[in-house]
Amino acid sequence: MLADTSSAQVQDRGASARSTLRPLLSLRGVSKTFPGVKALSEVALDLYPGQVTALVGENGAGKSTIVKILTGIYQPDGGAISIDGEPVHFHDAHAASAAGVTAIHQETVLFDDLPVGENIFIGHEPRTRFGLIDRKKLRSQARALLQRVGADIDPDVRLRDLGIANKHMVAIARALSIEARVVIMDEPTAALSHKEITELYELVERLKADGKAILFISHKFDEIFRIADRYTVFRDGELVSDGLITDVSEDELVRMMVGRPVGQIFPKREVPLGEEILSVAGYCHPTEFEDIGFRLRQGEILGFYGLVGAGRSEFMQSLFGITRPSKGAIRIAGEVRVIRSPAEAIESGIVYVPEDRGKQGAVIGLPIFQNVTLPSLRRTSRRGFLQLAEEFKLTRDYTSRLDLRAASLDQDIGNLSGGNQQKVVIAKWLATQPRVIILDEPTKGIDIGSKAAVHEFMTELAARGLAVIMVSSELPEIMGMSDRVIVMRDGRIAGEFERSGISAEVLVRAAAGLGAGA
Amino acid sequence: MSDQVLAGDPRAPDRNIPDRLTSPFQRHLRSWETLLLAVAVGIFIINALSSPYFLDPWNLSDATFNFTEKAMIAFAMALLIISGEIDLSVASIIALTSTAMGYLAQSGFGVPELVAAGLMVGMLCGAFNGFLVTGLGLPSIVATIGTMSLFRGISYIVLGDQAFRGYPAGFSFFGQGYVWWVFTFEFVLFAVLAIAYGILLHKTDFGRAVYAIGNNPLAARFSGVRVGRVKFILFLLTGLMAGIAAICLTSRLGSTRPSIAFGWELEIVTMVVLGGVSILGGSGTIPGVVIAAFVMGMVTFGFGLINVPGIVMSIFIGILLISVIALPRLWSNFRTRGKVV
Repeated sequence: MLADTSSAQVQDRGASARSTLRPLLSLRGVSKTFPGVKALSEVALDLYPGQVTALVGENGAGKSTIVKILTGIYQPDGGAISIDGEPVHFHDAHAASAAGVTAIHQETVLFDDLPVGENIFIGHEPRTRFGLIDRKKLRSQARALLQRVGADIDPDVRLRDLGIANKHMVAIARALSIEARVVIMDEPTAALSHKEITELYELVERLKADGKAILFISHKFDEIFRIADRYTVFRDGELVSDGLITDVSEDELVRMMVGRPVGQIFPKREVPLGEEILSVAGYCHPTEFEDIGFRLRQGEILGFYGLVGAGRSEFMQSLFGITRPSKGAIRIAGEVRVIRSPAEAIESGIVYVPEDRGKQGAVIGLPIFQNVTLPSLRRTSRRGFLQLAEEFKLTRDYTSRLDLRAASLDQDIGNLSGGNQQKVVIAKWLATQPRVIILDEPTKGIDIGSKAAVHEFMTELAARGLAVIMVSSELPEIMGMSDRVIVMRDGRIAGEFERSGISAEVLVRAAAGLGAGA
Repeated sequence: MSDQVLAGDPRAPDRNIPDRLTSPFQRHLRSWETLLLAVAVGIFIINALSSPYFLDPWNLSDATFNFTEKAMIAFAMALLIISGEIDLSVASIIALTSTAMGYLAQSGFGVPELVAAGLMVGMLCGAFNGFLVTGLGLPSIVATIGTMSLFRGISYIVLGDQAFRGYPAGFSFFGQGYVWWVFTFEFVLFAVLAIAYGILLHKTDFGRAVYAIGNNPLAARFSGVRVGRVKFILFLLTGLMAGIAAICLTSRLGSTRPSIAFGWELEIVTMVVLGGVSILGGSGTIPGVVIAAFVMGMVTFGFGLINVPGIVMSIFIGILLISVIALPRLWSNFRTRGKVV
């Protein structure tokens, strides 16, 4: 503990005077590589005291990696971080927070069952002479901090009982309590109401006035232009551009974000479309989505694009019978169906490859072949009795088409790489001979080779007459693979585009809620 | 990577992945069950050497009463624990079932009615547990601790410090009768149930669903497994088994007190865990539980032959339960520590 309160704390705070344009925190040449992916390559980032720097980029541009490096969760492979010109090393999260860097996430990482006051001071509670927690002092200091952020919250209330906006306020009060100088806000408004957003803006202004350097990550252009002083654009783990926000327009920002040729690496084939297989009308859910309706034909690949939290996965899961819609109707091949459980969805020919492969897709602990046959046992078994030979045969049939790499078919699926696990999950669904397959972020977090295999296979499925719904937050994938794209925003359909009318700009604008063209 | 080339070609050479690398026989040879079987044989030999009365067939037949009733419940409990749930109310279900049968016997009902009542009360108790867990979403460990008090509490209210006696003459067959030579009705029932549960768990779709749920209930649900229904059936089966065990035990004792089968839940869970079922769910086998039943039965019997008092037996069960849960963990800690250094 003592060793960590080292040089970073002992600094002359007067030196970071407002008038100088010296960055408070700067990154130079920072790189980070994960197996198969170069997440960041030689990026630079400067954060200035009293200024808000907006970090923009598509999913996979490297934004969350940079946040994790700044908060000490990841160690960069190369490059340097300095605060006030002094080089620093964040070898763990504690070192980063000791140096005054703190992050406020979309879902705040606080303790639901502790009172607000203790959440603010956890790890550095005020102590009495005897080394016990000084509750009186804790309460009064917490109250003072909450007042400073302009939140009317009782420090004795359990955090669980607060709304998301107030939880953010607590997180920010905590940031102030550790005397943070650099505050990272990772999509802080994603789950807030309009009024709460306004309050958050006021708070950001107050933090600026206090001389904090703020890194603001957001997909919403209106708020970037409202509160940011500077911008930095990342694309594919590289720094594209940075500068003052007044020197750039929305259109330029969007173009820098997506600007790259797309299309050539995707094995998209033109397939004659068949009969209408699925039609959804007026699908509603009390909190997640509203009035979703569309039609889907055999052989078609329908892309669902949108920001994280736009309600795409929630809607897909209700199509698959996980959550019940409050209203809405489904027809499959013209026939009205009610889907109340995944088992009923599978019977109706709708299957779902979830985004969270480890938790929802793969039954880790079971061998590959048992994962594949789990929804198809009625076909491989005889009167409820397992027929292992049939199971192996079915598994072999479907996994070999996907170019699965495994030592044996009775190997635990947990021992496979992410990409190969995904192939098993897809094989599992194909073995049920579905009519509609929903793929939710099918290539998220898998290596390039497996990505290509999944894309190739998707094309082949469509060619064979399957209707494919693909949820993806990766623009190139959406643009490269879809016949048609539906953009969702805040739980509603924000636009529908034919393949001929798709451009990156159009999709990003629809997803972010900007009008069509400037 | 060369992956892309292969993936791009739909007629890529079929990479032949073998079904299995190790044969099922090899796998069995290195399993917990094999180790346990060796232990069972060891205990058998020690018992045979330490007491001249042990090898007498009639003595051995008597010894099976030490485990047959508990093992019947342990089979259903094994499935329940593999699915990630537990039922701690089983001994109390025996008490309630036995009380119900005693009440009916006093009112002059015959054997068929008593048996039907035993099965019914057991199933109702199981269904109630199943409803609490799958219907209301309560954690099973808490729900069944609650029903553990509840079921036995009813039994205490009905009986106080009294006991029901006077079961009809034919009722004694279930706990005291012989089917053939030294083989008791209970032992035959135990064997039949062992085979039935072995088939249910290892050879049917239902058993596969149990394993899937135990390993990842969410992914199982996302694969179309009706998780709630499977779990409800497992609670129902466990209640039914407790009902059957209650019939056998009541018949064997010839009387019902509210303290009947007191503390059995612990011994049954110990038997299941000793049999190699992971207390965290997801793995375990019926043959393992069968061997564990024999091991526990022989140890109890062996202690009895050398006049070890019952309280020592209960200490032994406690130590055994902790050891079988802790040993695998300590072993893996020990091994990984070795690797890091």
